[in-house]
Amino acid sequence: MIRFEHVTKVYRDQSRPALDDASVDIDKGEFVFLVGASGSGKSTFLRLVLKEESPTSGRVWVAGKNLGQLSNWKVPTLRRQIGTVFQDFRLLPNKTVHGNVAFALEVIGKPDAFIRKVVPEVLDLVGLDGKEERYPDQLSGGEQQRVAIARAFVNRPMILIADEPTGNLDPETSVGIMKLLDRINRTGTTVVMATHDVAIVDQMRKRVIELEQGLVVRDQSRGVYGYAR
Amino acid sequence: MRAKFVLGEVGTGLRRNLTMTIAVIITVAVSLGLFGGGLLVRAQVDQMKDYWYDKVEVSIFLCGKVSEAQSCTAGAITKAQKAQIKEDLESLKPVVEQVYFESQAEAYERFQQQFKGSPLAENATVDQMPESFRVKLSDPTKYAVVASAFQGRPGVEDVRDQRQALDRLFKALGGLQAMALAIAIAMLIVTMLLIANTMRVAAFSRRRETSIMRLVGASNLYIQLPFLLEAATAAAIGAAFAVLSLVAVKKFLIDGVLAETFKFTSFVGWDTVWTIAPIVFLTGIVMASVAAFLTLRKYLRV
Ligand SMILES: Nc1ncnc2c1ncn2[C@@H]1O[C@H](COP(=O)(O)OP(=O)(O)O)[C@@H](O)[C@H]1O
Ligand SMILES: [Mg+2]
Repeated sequence: MIRFEHVTKVYRDQSRPALDDASVDIDKGEFVFLVGASGSGKSTFLRLVLKEESPTSGRVWVAGKNLGQLSNWKVPTLRRQIGTVFQDFRLLPNKTVHGNVAFALEVIGKPDAFIRKVVPEVLDLVGLDGKEERYPDQLSGGEQQRVAIARAFVNRPMILIADEPTGNLDPETSVGIMKLLDRINRTGTTVVMATHDVAIVDQMRKRVIELEQGLVVRDQSRGVYGYAR
Repeated sequence: MRAKFVLGEVGTGLRRNLTMTIAVIITVAVSLGLFGGGLLVRAQVDQMKDYWYDKVEVSIFLCGKVSEAQSCTAGAITKAQKAQIKEDLESLKPVVEQVYFESQAEAYERFQQQFKGSPLAENATVDQMPESFRVKLSDPTKYAVVASAFQGRPGVEDVRDQRQALDRLFKALGGLQAMALAIAIAMLIVTMLLIANTMRVAAFSRRRETSIMRLVGASNLYIQLPFLLEAATAAAIGAAFAVLSLVAVKKFLIDGVLAETFKFTSFVGWDTVWTIAPIVFLTGIVMASVAAFLTLRKYLRV
């Protein structure tokens, strides 16, 4: 589903690579933690999957496509197959919960009838039924992240990418979010989650890919956070 | 394409940047007004050229008893010379369209009419008037053909082209018109820069929305269309004002004042206004869209 072949990314005007000769293979339906200290290259890895950045060398494959050969106008099609969640939620403050989720479908041209049908379904799935008409500032952090997950998942993507989704949440709320991501993973969606939350990684016992200064230093199934050291 | 969504975004955008929108509308109206005005002046000059050049002729003045030109030292023109000139003129067809001989009596009459009431007219006598051939050319710019054939020939006092006097007038008008167009083009550039800047601000103020749109896989068209339509809408409103002002100029200035005052020439008609109006309108919309598109390409990249 996601395949990195000797991928190196050096940002402009930087000497040290953000990602250094990384080779990784993630299968359909996997749940993968991307761990490592701040600045180790986790976000860079995720941005390469979204083709927000292009590798300096090496190849990135997503859903059977070589992103290096994917023309710019096809990038939106790629991104429709990938849901994305961030630490800072990125909700639109002037739209309701329902409006925020519907927005993701409106802007890719889905018909009204379809939107009316699937938005309540996904809000139900993430546990936000009854809060459809609230605005983001009337929700707790955990609830806001659920809206963001609903928005990422509403179009049933093949891949869900989460960049430190629990970074702004307390441990208890984080557990709820992790349960939700696990549930989404069980529907067959591949989940890649960057985090440096030790407790969560240790608890979930999923595949762990560890980055250190851009190098893949560990790739272990059913891993824990600090195993290698 | 979800028209409702796009139109909603356009409306929100226009209202959110109301002061910018108004600034765009005004500059578009002013620059396009000037541009349309320049086109109108050009049409007017062209029309005057048609009108006047159609009336101009080349005059071949013939030697009389009192002529002092070098080619007249032999005295007044002879019958044979006159016949020769006439024949040569005929042979210059089709450059020469029409030849008309003006006798001393006719010249006197014209002179009297032209200088009616002045002492010049009172003192003139029929004999002092030169005989002339009045030559109408099929193409008024081919004056040189006639001049080279007859200038300096014995019996011909002078060959004169009325067009040269008109040319000076039209050169002056042409200068004015070039200046008007230069100002209009400068204004159009200012307008494009303003629109580019407005789009930059609009893209910035909606960066949250557009970054989410990119993330969820909205196409470039979907992301940029609301901005483009926003610029085009403001430009269309400005262009409508420009067209209205052209109509007002035609109705109140040209028909109301100029045509009443200067009856000797004709003025541009409504057909000209209706030809210029769509040009002005389209220029406005294309200009705004291009400025917006180029800016957006830079600020709203995938
Ligand atoms: N847009 C950028 N331009 C330049 N350098 C960047 C950019 N984004 C990240 N970096 C650098 O790349 C390295 C990896 O960053 P990142 O992938 O964000 O790490 P992480 O998400 O693990 O904290 C860091 O040294 C960071 O400073
Ligand atoms: Mg990061």
